[in-house]
Amino acid sequence: MIVYIVRRILYAIPILIGVNLITFALFFVVNSPDDMARLHLGVKYVTPAAIAKWKQERGYDKPLLLNAHAPGVKQFTDTIFFQHSARLFALQFGRSDNGRDIGYEIRQRMWPSLAIALPNLLVGLLVTITLAMLVAFFRATYIDVWGVVLAVMFMSISSMFYIIGGQFLIGKLLHLVPISGYGTGIHAFKFSVLPVVVGVIAGLGSGIRWYRTIFLEEMGKDYVRSARAKGLAELTVLFRHVLRNALIPILTGVVAVLPLLFMGSLITESFFGIPGLGSYVIDAINSQDFAIVRAMVFLGSVLYIIGLILTDISYTLVDPRIRFG
Amino acid sequence: MPFKPVILWTDALLFLLVAAIVVFAVYARRREHLRDPWRQVMRRRLGMSALVVLAAYGAVALLDSLHFRPALPADKRGRVQYAAEMLSVFDLMVTPLRMHTEKTYSAPLATHLYAKEMVQLPDGTTARIFPRLQYGGAHLKEPASERTGDILRTTWQAVAAGFLVWVMMVLGLAGWLARRWRLPYAAACKRMAGGRSDLPWPAVLLTAGGLIVLVAWLLALAPLYHVLGTDKVGQDVLYQTLKSIRTGLVIGSLTTLVMLPFAVLLGIMAGFFKGWIDDAVQYLYTTLNSIPGVLLIAAAVLMLQVYIDTHPELFQTQQERADLRLLFLCIILGVTNWTGLCRLLRGEALKLSTVDYIQAATALGVSRGRIITRHMVPNVMHIVLISLVLDFSSLVLAEAVLSYVGVGVDPVMNSWGNMINAARLEMARDPMVWWSLTAAFIFMFLLVLAANIFSDAVRDAFDPRLRKQ
Repeated sequence: MIVYIVRRILYAIPILIGVNLITFALFFVVNSPDDMARLHLGVKYVTPAAIAKWKQERGYDKPLLLNAHAPGVKQFTDTIFFQHSARLFALQFGRSDNGRDIGYEIRQRMWPSLAIALPNLLVGLLVTITLAMLVAFFRATYIDVWGVVLAVMFMSISSMFYIIGGQFLIGKLLHLVPISGYGTGIHAFKFSVLPVVVGVIAGLGSGIRWYRTIFLEEMGKDYVRSARAKGLAELTVLFRHVLRNALIPILTGVVAVLPLLFMGSLITESFFGIPGLGSYVIDAINSQDFAIVRAMVFLGSVLYIIGLILTDISYTLVDPRIRFG
Repeated sequence: MPFKPVILWTDALLFLLVAAIVVFAVYARRREHLRDPWRQVMRRRLGMSALVVLAAYGAVALLDSLHFRPALPADKRGRVQYAAEMLSVFDLMVTPLRMHTEKTYSAPLATHLYAKEMVQLPDGTTARIFPRLQYGGAHLKEPASERTGDILRTTWQAVAAGFLVWVMMVLGLAGWLARRWRLPYAAACKRMAGGRSDLPWPAVLLTAGGLIVLVAWLLALAPLYHVLGTDKVGQDVLYQTLKSIRTGLVIGSLTTLVMLPFAVLLGIMAGFFKGWIDDAVQYLYTTLNSIPGVLLIAAAVLMLQVYIDTHPELFQTQQERADLRLLFLCIILGVTNWTGLCRLLRGEALKLSTVDYIQAATALGVSRGRIITRHMVPNVMHIVLISLVLDFSSLVLAEAVLSYVGVGVDPVMNSWGNMINAARLEMARDPMVWWSLTAAFIFMFLLVLAANIFSDAVRDAFDPRLRKQ
């Protein structure tokens, strides 16, 4: 088992190198640092001296890959690639284009993101599984047909409209909770109710449809027929046999997204004014802060790959038929 | 010439897509194995209703893709200059909508502006009142008392006219079908109404009827009022949302299409050749896949922005620039999206390479290239088609999110995302400015819903696993 995990982690290294090279190419080769400096300084202040100063302040004045003027190892380390891209492997994110420490910001901002995303996931899972089981229980009846029709309709609404609608209904008409903002401690609850409720409803359509197919597939299998033939009540079959087996694909799917919960959701956080990583990215995009976007791309891939590894591990734990190949 | 045609990149690709569909339809007509699944699709009532709605959207998008630059009045020496602003055939058809711009917000079907203004009254004094709109309800003398009656009367006439057109259409269609089926007219009508023919006629015709009445209503009312109100700079919201249709359709259809050759080629090669090619392809898509989509798109679009800003000489007009950005957005969305399809195709190719007829072909000495083109590609096409239609609706939704985040289409381009983005801040106003959001919501919802329903029908018909059941 440990050998398996180690091998999976080793597999991840070339992928991260690939991601790193892609971001490096995207941010420094497609456009030279000069272009970025010009964009940042604006048309008015573009002088060669200003560009040089801007680049020097951010460490973009070095050669891209190979510094021929530096002695020894510094030939490789005193370059943009090493200083700005290779360092990401050590999770050293450096400073953003306006001089803030990115690593510190990320550590500060991941908790509000998590405070919204985790309850959203858990409540969503509970509600969706319950409803999907209900629909699957009443399969081939009007409840099933209309459940699916409603699910398709729910899927066809953009997530932004759920947020806007929720803010309007619950926040503005009923004045139950604040429309947006974030607090710590007990206040965090007040502010996170609306985002969580809206998030759960927005995910309902696709979730119900997806889980319903899983349940129905499981219900068509032989062991379910045997259980029924044994004379078990339909509800017992559903909870004792179908639910347990259907949870395998559902939970392994959930494990894959667990690490990404730290990243938060771009739109949810920006609409509700939550100071998480999602709104961090949006702010960075709007102020064209390339250093932050670069750091977040890398962080996102790291978390994604951790999710993949966790999924593989959970598969082997849940399903004994899978051997460590 | 009174105009100069302009072909934008996305126009060309969109028409290429239509041409490909037509060619395929002609090709498939003769071949039973290709025709059969489509016949199954055509038997679905909901699916065909959705197709009618999609066709209406598609017609608007195609008309909106025929671009030209109108000629300006000739100068003294008779040389013709063309306007810098590009128009489309669709713009020409809805000229009143395009030209009727007010000062600022006005509610749907309103006769007065949303905000009060200082106005000089006829008797010389000034007062803060809601001024009359320049175009909306301008034909009314006493808007307060006449408006409701006028709207109801126009609506009634339009609905009646639309209904009449529809009835004529149905009767004409019945006549045509009667000749095709070689049945007496009454029997053909009965067969059509019963829905027992190869197409679910009642569902199709009812949907078409609804659309025709709606269009008739808009045609009657839109020149007189702003049916969906006006936005901050006074532009008609109905016009904006109609123009957004093209953007949504381009993103939904071209995105999968631009990356399709790569996905098909790489996926099949990985599954068929195995060995190091398989490893390389798998590495490529795992790497691309591991970057969260929105972030990759954001990074790429930011870089594109820098490139566009530093190379203004490459683009003649603002619209060309916006169009190139749209195309690039399609490509970059495609790069993040093709990995799923590639993985599916690789798995299918792995399975296929052990199937008897491929083994037989290999044993008979058929070259590998020929095996791929003759045997592999046709046998994975159903997967390609299913993923094409399944992705469509999620891409339309993604466009709105990306535009909101600020990495979507160009801000000057009409799109639902831009409309939502602009209207979002107006929610806080009192009374609320709700019409832009509502318009974007309705048009997006209808398109995505129709696409979802249609894609379900296609998937059910083409997926061999589902067909058996």
